[in-house]
Amino acid sequence: MHVLLLALRRLAASLPTLLVLLVGLFLLLQLAPGDTVDALVAQIGGGDPTMIDELRRHYGLDASVAVQLGRYIWRLLQLDLGFSAIYGKPVSEVILERLPATLLLMGSALSFAFAAGMALGVLSARRVNKWPDTVISTLGLIFYATPSFWFGLMGIVIFAVKLGWLPAGGMEEIGAGYTGLRRITDIAWHLLLPTVTLALIFLATYLRIMRASMLEVMNLDFVRTARAKGLSPRKVITAHVLRNALLPMVTLVGLQAGTMLGGSVVVESVFALPGLGRLAYESVVQRDLNTLLGIVFVSALLVIVINFIVDLLYARLDPRIVT
Amino acid sequence: MEALKRLSKTPTAIVGLILLVLVIAMALSAPLLFPKDPLGLAGRPLQWPFANARFWLGTDTTGRDIAAQIFHGARVSLLIGIVATLLAITIGIVIGAVAGYYGGVVDDVLMRVTEAFQTLPNFLLLLVLVAVFGSDIRTVTIAIGLVSWPAAARLTRAEFLSLRGREFVQACRTLGMRDRQIIFLEILPNALPPVIVYASVIMATAILLESALAFLNLSDPNIPSWGNLIGTGRSVLRTQWYVSAIPGLAILLTVLSVSLVGQGLNDALNPRLKSR
Repeated sequence: MHVLLLALRRLAASLPTLLVLLVGLFLLLQLAPGDTVDALVAQIGGGDPTMIDELRRHYGLDASVAVQLGRYIWRLLQLDLGFSAIYGKPVSEVILERLPATLLLMGSALSFAFAAGMALGVLSARRVNKWPDTVISTLGLIFYATPSFWFGLMGIVIFAVKLGWLPAGGMEEIGAGYTGLRRITDIAWHLLLPTVTLALIFLATYLRIMRASMLEVMNLDFVRTARAKGLSPRKVITAHVLRNALLPMVTLVGLQAGTMLGGSVVVESVFALPGLGRLAYESVVQRDLNTLLGIVFVSALLVIVINFIVDLLYARLDPRIVT
Repeated sequence: MEALKRLSKTPTAIVGLILLVLVIAMALSAPLLFPKDPLGLAGRPLQWPFANARFWLGTDTTGRDIAAQIFHGARVSLLIGIVATLLAITIGIVIGAVAGYYGGVVDDVLMRVTEAFQTLPNFLLLLVLVAVFGSDIRTVTIAIGLVSWPAAARLTRAEFLSLRGREFVQACRTLGMRDRQIIFLEILPNALPPVIVYASVIMATAILLESALAFLNLSDPNIPSWGNLIGTGRSVLRTQWYVSAIPGLAILLTVLSVSLVGQGLNDALNPRLKSR
């Protein structure tokens, strides 16, 4: 209960941040050349001035900036993200359609990066400054320096074009009409390459942090005690070191949630996945600013929610935080 | 000096320095080796590397020389990386220094703004900026700088928080120095080393951000950017994969060199951490 309260307090602390963000975005949008009405008029192919004025009044664009800002925030509080002129339906509807693919991709990439980063970090720390450590650290550096979209493209060339093992893109086999378990394996098959692509950069950071954190914890007194009482090295690590060494990793997940969302823009574009990131890209190309802002808002919410969960997890891993 | 000596002893830093010097040499020699417009038509399109002695890295889908684009691309990547990093570091230092030095309400407000920037995915904010202000090369560089400063601000603020109570700062106050002098002339030099090390991370990220933007065709199409070339190669990925592969390697090596030098700097400036 106490933990929840603590996390809720942290959540409340992020509300002013969200407000700053929204006001900033709104003001930024005021700088953009052309408004919704301009976009609409351009789409229907011109119109006379009286109609344009009528439209402006209809959309409330004739009010002062301050009034518009107030209305905008009020609408967002009601989770009304506006209307997308390009897709011809409410922005929230468009976003909800695209959200599952992104969440699936992010979730699987995060799990993979976390698990592999942890395993490699532990391996590296146990053989510190020997050849496995050097190999793993070098790989980490290379992964970190590789542009994810390039890695994805090369993955397509090798595994889809040359070897023919994996599909080159898409979420599932279109028109195959799979259902149930067959459909799940099909989607997993399609997501394999995108997941690894998105995970690699984060894997590099995770393994580095895990290694440093393991080395730090392994020097502490309680670990020496555990060794002194005759525990096997494996048992010392799994029962004593790991839980403590995981704390910085968990923090990192919260910190990097936003970066991962940004990375999914590129990865979804490479693999033609119908997700939020691809939607963001399309709305930039089509100059659909309403949708783009909606995505930004939802992403910020998502990052805040992920950090809320991370706080809960953190308190669970380290009970000292609550007291 | 001591730090420089240590820097020259770490093997990773040496590899990084050699790579970085190579990339800089490519950037400097580009106009000499490839005086013609790198985006101009050079020969028959889609010639494989080494197939034609005139184009030793081949030609792309529209018959432009890939080697020329790689060399000129080095200029663009380094320039964008350096300018965006300088911008981000400057903003970060000013905001972090003011927040850390004054504390209180100023600190609260500035940190809320910093958090707002950190809550937003970098790349998404970059997309918004490009959508609003266009994708001219100057705009893109400034936009990358604008999305990259929060971590630098936090680092500077943390340093200032621990330094502002020190005796030398109190001495400065007693001497009647102005806040501006104390912040920038007295405290800042002491707070700088971790921020300088972090600059390498910002620069690596800035180069990657620009390449991703260019890959999506949202950066300036009129400059020879590595990301642009990878995007061009996408349409012929199944057969002529080298068009995308070569510039990707260039990005990888450049970013690798920057982060290796940064890591070497870190080891040299924090010798106690070297055993890790």
